Amino acid sequence: MLDQNKTTRVEMDWSGPERLQMNMGPQHPSAHGVFRAIVTLEGETVVAVDAVIGYLHRCHEKLSETLTYAQYPSIASKTDYVAAMTSEFAYVMAAEEIGKFEVPKRAQYLRVIVAELQRIASHLLWLGTWCMDMGGALGGGATIFLYCIRERELVLDLFEALVGARLLYGFFQVGGTRYDIPDGWAQQCRQTIDVIESRIEEYEQMLEDNAFFLARAKGVGIVSRELALDVGIAGPLLRGSGIDYDIRRNAPYSSYQDFDFTVPTEQDGDCYARYKVRMQEFRQAVAIIRQALDKLPAGPISSRPALKSVAQIRIPKGEAYARVEGPRGEVGSYIVSDGSAKPYRMKWRGASFSNLAILPHIIPGHKVADVVAIMGSVDPVFGEVDR
Amino acid sequence: MALNDPPVPVIPAPIWRNFKELQEWEELHKTRPEGDKHSPVFESLTEGIHNFPGGFVVTTAADAFLNWARKSSVWPVTFGLACCAIEMMATFCSRFDVERLGMVPWASPRHSDLMIVSGTVTIKMAPMLLRIYDQMPDPKWAVSMGSCANSGGPFRHGYHVVKGVDRVIPVDVYVPGCPPPPESLLNGLLLLQDQIAHFKKTGRKAPPNEKVD
Amino acid sequence: MNGEQARASLASTFGVDIAAGVPLVVTVAPEQWEALARYARDTVGCLFFNFLTAVDWKEQGLEVVARVDNLEENVGLMLKTKLGPGVTSCASLTPVYRGADWMERECFDMFGIHFDHHPDLRRILLEDGWEGHPLLKSYAVDTPHPPYR
Repeated sequence: MLDQNKTTRVEMDWSGPERLQMNMGPQHPSAHGVFRAIVTLEGETVVAVDAVIGYLHRCHEKLSETLTYAQYPSIASKTDYVAAMTSEFAYVMAAEEIGKFEVPKRAQYLRVIVAELQRIASHLLWLGTWCMDMGGALGGGATIFLYCIRERELVLDLFEALVGARLLYGFFQVGGTRYDIPDGWAQQCRQTIDVIESRIEEYEQMLEDNAFFLARAKGVGIVSRELALDVGIAGPLLRGSGIDYDIRRNAPYSSYQDFDFTVPTEQDGDCYARYKVRMQEFRQAVAIIRQALDKLPAGPISSRPALKSVAQIRIPKGEAYARVEGPRGEVGSYIVSDGSAKPYRMKWRGASFSNLAILPHIIPGHKVADVVAIMGSVDPVFGEVDR
Repeated sequence: MALNDPPVPVIPAPIWRNFKELQEWEELHKTRPEGDKHSPVFESLTEGIHNFPGGFVVTTAADAFLNWARKSSVWPVTFGLACCAIEMMATFCSRFDVERLGMVPWASPRHSDLMIVSGTVTIKMAPMLLRIYDQMPDPKWAVSMGSCANSGGPFRHGYHVVKGVDRVIPVDVYVPGCPPPPESLLNGLLLLQDQIAHFKKTGRKAPPNEKVD
Repeated sequence: MNGEQARASLASTFGVDIAAGVPLVVTVAPEQWEALARYARDTVGCLFFNFLTAVDWKEQGLEVVARVDNLEENVGLMLKTKLGPGVTSCASLTPVYRGADWMERECFDMFGIHFDHHPDLRRILLEDGWEGHPLLKSYAVDTPHPPYR
């Protein structure tokens, strides 16, 4: 258990007159996207954080009311653009739940494989950018960044062979998936995940023997259990604070119950705990992919006919909220349908939006340098925050 | 001093929080004139050298040399806004290296030559983008990466999206794609290098090149 | 308490019919909104605040929808309240759940719903000086906004 007395929190004298308000503007080198934090500093310690978001508000929810269920999934991938597959997954699952469409078994397994590969790719990017934030872009941080991007390119090659696009796909379709795996893809996939598994061991060793990394990650950004539940954060942040909840296991969707995997949980709630959770998630994702490739059934990839017109998919009146365990947490899509080809109201429950709401609660008390480490371990993607 | 509960922070609105005030402030402070600035002494000097018999060798050689120096060391300011930023980061990494072209991604706009606008420009972000562009010293170039920066992209019909970054800053190269894969971005950057090679420095205009014009 | 117990106790305490299923959908009048949230957190044990949003039903007015979860028992609760036609204010859930803070700011930004007793109700996604509330059905998706048209 973490010794609360040896953390970086200091007892604050809130009555001090030397307050400085500093702007960590929408453009800053800690590569997370457009986020503005107005921090109130007392010396080197942060006293308050006002997070200003909305610099990437691209009107997803309003646009989804003008786009049909066939057109929107490729736009949906642009919310969480680092993990585009899980974003599309939530939207398509909600539409299928309202319309009560059956998804064939092969499509479910393909969705699982693709979602887990996306989890690996997203965590690789997270590790690279977090270490780059903490280590500096010209120094040690860039080492891990370049290694992780090298591995991520292997996964993106798989996606390019499958879908045709590297980053933003239109792979999901209401009723199943749009493409089937080409020949030789399963073999390439197995080789890729073998390589990634061995390299993850290497990175863990590299990082955990590094005293600077441990000093910057241990004891920093502690999220208590009750704060985590109250604010509504999810994913590795929740599991790093000791709450053992994973949608894939607790409320399984798309045949996740057929696979055997554990859900890593850590008790400490600091950046190091979240790091350990995500490193374990790599291994679990690799295990799930192996099982899915072994058990992949033959069959159709979609229960709906192939798309020939944009208004082809009509969903009866109703509403549903479908959620997916994305790499950042719970990505959900709440669709209210009025019986036409377009949704009446679509709400994105973005994982990063809820995760970011925790920053004003946990950053005060830390030093300025910890702000970057904490933000990196929260891992926001601003497409999801601002939608 | 007594230790008590942290107060709820009262943060005064900075000038750019209120959009209307920002618009007025921008109008008042719009001082950057268009085009490249040359002093009249320098202009007359180069004119003199060029008009001297045989002097054109000096000016064209100086042009070529300076442009070669400029295009071989274009430093982009890391201005990643959205999804294209991930592809831009992939371009900067080992597989599609841009450092072999001399491009070192640099976070500070004051030390950079190029702004790669990667991602959707929203109405809230546009003044910040203009501010960063203004902080870059001359000569500077801008590459619009991705369809959102080119024209608003898939979000063109949104109320909060600027329909193309060329409504905010002048753009030199447009790279299409959603997101453009690193090969496309590299193509765009190489075209930009060709454009820079024709950059007017000593007052002479280059002949049109069918690749860029 | 688990799903069936939650359904029975909510139906009896608030006098509403709740259909069986996942998640449980509870619709109450706006006056009972905060009491319902408190009951969900304290008695039903839904400590996890998932999201809060609104739906614009044109003539029938706005409807505020929230979802809270009980992670141990795997109970999901959809709380709904219809604020009648023309009503744009609602009780805030921030005294009950801290996560309602940003979600209610977003509802205010997008729908114009004013949440009473919210500590800091200002626009979150759009600028402070923005006119109009975009997700209302009366707002066109491509409303031009100067100076970028």
